[in-house]
Amino acid sequence: MAIEIKMPALSPTMTTGTLAKWLVGEGDRVNSGDVIAEIETDKATMEVESVDDGVMAKIFVDAGTENVAVGAVIAVLAEDGETASDVAKAGLQEPSSPVPVTSVAAEAKERAEPVPVTAAPVKAVLVAAPAPQSKSSDKPRIFASPLARRIAADRNIALEGITGSGPYGRILRRDVESAATAPIAQTTAALAGATQQGDSYLVANSQMRKAIASRLQDSKQQAPHFYLTVDCVIDNLLEARKSLNAKAAEGIKISVNDMIIRAAAMALIAVPEANASWEGENTRLFRHADIAMAVAIDGGLITPIVWAAEQKGLAALSQVTTDLAARARDGKLAANEYTGGSFTISNLGMFGVREFAAVINPPHGGILAVGAGEQRPIVIDGNLAVATVMSVTLSADHRAVDGAVGARWLQAFKGFVENPVTMLL
Amino acid sequence: MTDTQFDIAVIGGGPGGYVAAIRAAQLGLKPVVIERENLGGICLNWGCIPTKALLRAAELRHSIDEMADFGITVGEVKVDLAAVVKRSRKVAGRLSMGVKHLLKKNKVTVIAAEAKLGAAKDGLRQINLSNGDMVSAKHVIIATGARARALPNIEANGKTILTYREAMVPETMPESLIIVGSGAIGSEFASFYHDMGVKVTLVEALDRILPVEDEDVSAFVQKSFEKRGIKIMTGVKLQAVTSDANGVQASIEGQDKPLQASRMILAVGITGNTENLGLEATKIKVDRGHIVTDQWGATGEAGIYAIGDVTGPPWLAHKASHEGIICVEKITGQKDVHAIGAGAVPGCTYCRPQVASVGMTEAAAKQAGHDLKIGQFPFAGNGKAIALGDDGGFVKTIFDAKTGELLGAHMVGPEVTELIQGYAIARTLEATEAELMATIFPHPTLSEAMHESVLDAYDRAIHF
Repeated sequence: MAIEIKMPALSPTMTTGTLAKWLVGEGDRVNSGDVIAEIETDKATMEVESVDDGVMAKIFVDAGTENVAVGAVIAVLAEDGETASDVAKAGLQEPSSPVPVTSVAAEAKERAEPVPVTAAPVKAVLVAAPAPQSKSSDKPRIFASPLARRIAADRNIALEGITGSGPYGRILRRDVESAATAPIAQTTAALAGATQQGDSYLVANSQMRKAIASRLQDSKQQAPHFYLTVDCVIDNLLEARKSLNAKAAEGIKISVNDMIIRAAAMALIAVPEANASWEGENTRLFRHADIAMAVAIDGGLITPIVWAAEQKGLAALSQVTTDLAARARDGKLAANEYTGGSFTISNLGMFGVREFAAVINPPHGGILAVGAGEQRPIVIDGNLAVATVMSVTLSADHRAVDGAVGARWLQAFKGFVENPVTMLL
Repeated sequence: MTDTQFDIAVIGGGPGGYVAAIRAAQLGLKPVVIERENLGGICLNWGCIPTKALLRAAELRHSIDEMADFGITVGEVKVDLAAVVKRSRKVAGRLSMGVKHLLKKNKVTVIAAEAKLGAAKDGLRQINLSNGDMVSAKHVIIATGARARALPNIEANGKTILTYREAMVPETMPESLIIVGSGAIGSEFASFYHDMGVKVTLVEALDRILPVEDEDVSAFVQKSFEKRGIKIMTGVKLQAVTSDANGVQASIEGQDKPLQASRMILAVGITGNTENLGLEATKIKVDRGHIVTDQWGATGEAGIYAIGDVTGPPWLAHKASHEGIICVEKITGQKDVHAIGAGAVPGCTYCRPQVASVGMTEAAAKQAGHDLKIGQFPFAGNGKAIALGDDGGFVKTIFDAKTGELLGAHMVGPEVTELIQGYAIARTLEATEAELMATIFPHPTLSEAMHESVLDAYDRAIHF
């Protein structure tokens, strides 16, 4: 019996994805565990492994197809003993309508009602994900030379914004190249009546860029943010870090950020009301401090999670954060490593930022924006002194966390940071 | 003369000039072509076409030697040189008549005279003609072409030291021949005269023959020439050439004994016909024998343009024609007129083996900083070439590894001059390796080697 391979959901929020690449071709032998395809989600490019042995009988969804619905059959494996033609004869025909690419306007239009994935019959029926915006289904075909398409993809330039200078407006290499470099006249003069764009060009938004935009826009629109800032004297923390690292095992280097995560985790346990997420009818309270750390990567950022951070000692924590950051930059995080959690830490101290207010990363209840540790004059018992001070700002979702709760959490955090011995307990 | 005022006056009726005039007429302008000698210019009368007729004779003569391989016995073979040359002149004459007809059909006025630029008055440029008349035109295109360049120490005398012009109408075959310069002209004459039984020495100042071609192509042609018995000397600096009734002696730097031969052909490039045009009174700049223009043919003087050989290399008829069309379209304000891009002009050399190329050589592509994917496929792996009995040569393709752009294509072997347009079209359409691979090339044809070469660049060649 043929084995259907369906579009996997690589994260809870994923409804559609882009089938970026097939790593096997029709007729290729596939073993359980083999990576057979790469799928681009809103967060990253993920590998899809086969769970069965067999021979790739038929690929239904071409590489590069966007908006493939989760659950759609993307390929069929022939089991041992079967041939690809057996599979075809067995009634698993190619779907009557191909998986629509957003630009296939007519087909997308006909399918006004998206077929729910769960209702898909056993026979391979591929359904169109509802186009994210009705606009995309009206998109006219773009005429561009193959070389122009390659160069545009390579430089991440959107063909949509380019006026073609070739026959019948075909976009040629020179149009793509001048779109990125040439003065206004070349690209926008032809757009009579259009708003003056200045000297600019369009860059295609990646899935990640779109995800960041939509999630943070939702956050600012729906979560009533409030902001609390506190200064922490971190001389003790720096001292403690120094002696810890001096005694740490080979290869372990605890960072200030690791200690901040540790302090935030301890504070979330100490003030459990702050470890909350708004879910409308209910508020979800977390038993662990699942802390996401914002990692800047090419073209955006991603927030891998240190699960139950309060249960990890600094050495273990350091190993986890180093590993997560490295894999985040390589785009190699698994979906469950960046989905979920209750709290985020964003640190821009290394850029010399004194303090800033971060946007909550939903569904988290709060995010701590960490500034640079710097020497500042402080007053101790009426005397002026110099100390290393770090300002942190908590952005909290007022629906789930009240001001006083946020303030108590911040107090606890400050306590752990200023007396690091207490967080080592 | 009834008509003396025109929209466009084209000086020179070669492949640049007459094509520009026809395009102007198509666009509703009133053009005049002023030609001092023959319509069709050097190309048609003293270049491309008559030499192809000669080379065809040489090729047929050569193929008789191979008849035995095909199971055909041939009797006594005689070459009637006068008839060979006569046919070549007849071909040229027929085509010149054809150009005359085309111009007439397009209502282009043709004046047989030399032209000299005069004053500009009321937006019209006056042109003084050698027959005493004067015409005027809003725009003037100089398409006067070029002539063989002389070397400072060697003067062609037309008897023993020849330029292409005398070389293509020989009355007798010399016993031996020195050809100076191994570009397209020199290499074609070397091939022709050798096939006609002349002892040929090809002398090149640079380190290889066909120096503008890819190094692999130069090396292949050199090997193939030498195998036929053509003597090749590269890196040669000629010091002095003397000639007497017995022939020519050429002394070469670093060699005691001078080269001797019955005749010598000078093929060391050409120089623009910029004299006696009245350029001195204008802002037109001439640099090393060529008129300086922008990419549309505009010179320093408003309303005066120049196209083709008179503007510099590559000295190719098809480049001149294309420039003529661009120039006229630009003058008339047509939309979507594009200047000739770098590497867009294909080049063909009709020696045996034929050579054709478009775009960058491997060395040039490397120097331009591209990461390369290079494919090469020999005609020895091509069924049609083997069936033809002409399987020497290869097709080389050079791609940018990052974008798949076909940076250059270089071919040597049977009929490659007819094949190169495929790659030229691919380049114009901005095809990448993917489209070339996805194109079905018919079997059995020589063109399959073009496909295989592309496949080979990506380690996918099937038949090699």
